Amino acid sequence: MADYRDETPSARTLVLDVPDWPGHLAGQHVDVRLTAPDGYSTQRSYSLAAPADDSRVQLTVQRVPDGEVSPYLTGVFSSGNPLEIRGPVGGWFVWRSAEPGPVLLLAGGSGIVPLMAMIRTRRAAKSPAPFRLVYSVRTPADLYYATELHHPPSGDDGVDVSYVFTRATPEGWPAPPRRIQMDDLHADGFTAQVQPACFVCGPTAFVEVVANMLVGLGYDPRRVKTERFGPTGG
Amino acid sequence: MTDADMTRPEMTAEHEDGNALAGPLREIFAVDVTAAIGQCVSCGLIGPVASLRVYRRAPGAVARCPGCGAVILRLVRGPSGAWLDLRGTVSLQIPLPAAD
Repeated sequence: MADYRDETPSARTLVLDVPDWPGHLAGQHVDVRLTAPDGYSTQRSYSLAAPADDSRVQLTVQRVPDGEVSPYLTGVFSSGNPLEIRGPVGGWFVWRSAEPGPVLLLAGGSGIVPLMAMIRTRRAAKSPAPFRLVYSVRTPADLYYATELHHPPSGDDGVDVSYVFTRATPEGWPAPPRRIQMDDLHADGFTAQVQPACFVCGPTAFVEVVANMLVGLGYDPRRVKTERFGPTGG
Repeated sequence: MTDADMTRPEMTAEHEDGNALAGPLREIFAVDVTAAIGQCVSCGLIGPVASLRVYRRAPGAVARCPGCGAVILRLVRGPSGAWLDLRGTVSLQIPLPAAD
């Protein structure tokens, strides 16, 4: 580990120095394996949060209470500790910066991670592709990458960000806490007629609700890609 | 969706999806198979391996059709080998770089 940043009280971005890293596509993940001294071994998948910077890669890990791996990675793991990772892997839930068409990103909670990698990759590639992110989160304190999203670098012109708060809103927010709904999805420039590439990532229930809404609104199911965080997310 | 889903996915969600098979399958195949388009033997649904429902409480991974729930694929990794059972798959259409 080269560095780390705490995104929220329970989520940490790990900056890892991986010799001979081959580069990766936005949306890909790595499998992280931990092995105890007694030989017990367990593995988790984590999305890459940013494009590679030579041999530097970033993962953002949400600490799961009673989890086997995430409490270690977000609390104990420190510079000099070795980590076994396999990757990059995954060739379906990916965005390629050569694709010029509009992109609709729908994040539920920690599902923002691979979608943020797409926004950062767009910026690094100076892509003109129009992006819209809808980020559903419980409270303002749960937002990852808050400063970067609130005060976007100039390269993020063309990235439209909106938020849905499900439990508590910021001070002065115009609406009470609520779930994501159809009106959040089909903004101008990203309607079903435009057929944007859609990426939905979050807990299973979020992914299923949002994917069903998109298909119900007429989005092409073949252009709605989903990734869900499952039972081994700990 | 409940708030519990956000913080304790292992307690409330039963499955992952086929994206989680990317690492284990990449150990066997030279290219990514999660982007491959498959067809279910049971119901005929056509879709990417990434969209399968993956259950990993068993000794290995069991991937089921999101349409009908039939077992499409099973993968077990042992200490010196892997078992891959594709009984529920009619075929896989695997994206590859253009041939010369």
